[in-house]
Amino acid sequence: MKEENKNFKAQTLRNTKNLSYWTMAWVATMAVASFGPEFIWDYDKVYSGIAIGLNIAVGIGMILANRKFLLGLDELQRKIHMDAMAIALGVAVVGGLSYSLLDVTNIISADAEISGLVILIGLTYLVSVVINSKRYS
Amino acid sequence: MKNRLKVLRAEHDMTQQQLADALGVSRQTINAIEKGKFDPSLPLAFKMSYLFNRSIERIFEYEESAS
Repeated sequence: MKEENKNFKAQTLRNTKNLSYWTMAWVATMAVASFGPEFIWDYDKVYSGIAIGLNIAVGIGMILANRKFLLGLDELQRKIHMDAMAIALGVAVVGGLSYSLLDVTNIISADAEISGLVILIGLTYLVSVVINSKRYS
Repeated sequence: MKNRLKVLRAEHDMTQQQLADALGVSRQTINAIEKGKFDPSLPLAFKMSYLFNRSIERIFEYEESAS
């Protein structure tokens, strides 16, 4: 069983690194697809399409890497992350629709941006993981 | 659920990390189980049973939740 946990630790480290590489690649392709049209290829639709397609492909790789990371955790760690995901999903739905309503009803002057929602989801997930980890420590 | 994991670990002169290593889980998981904050899955309970050569009932004791 000792060997088993060496494998467990090594696998967790490998999965974490793998997920970080995919995430960095996804952020890089997102930056290229976002800023490329204006600064590199002057809104050429072919290049923009290729950049967006590449971003989607790498995004799918990141999703699969995240799934592999979660499946590689032990049962308590997985529970902590699953609980955090449940809260983040709820906040995304409720927060996202409320944010949209604030925009539609002109209560806020600025347009509702998807980036604001993504930041909210990320922070909610992060805070939930920290709180859940403390709860079980 | 009450358990005798801490006692059994002490009897076998093991640290939480050594037990975690032997079971293929994190030290945090062992700590949470010992403190009664987390109930292990059946496969993990069986691993403990084999490791300490005790039946599951001699490691874990079910108790009705207060809620």
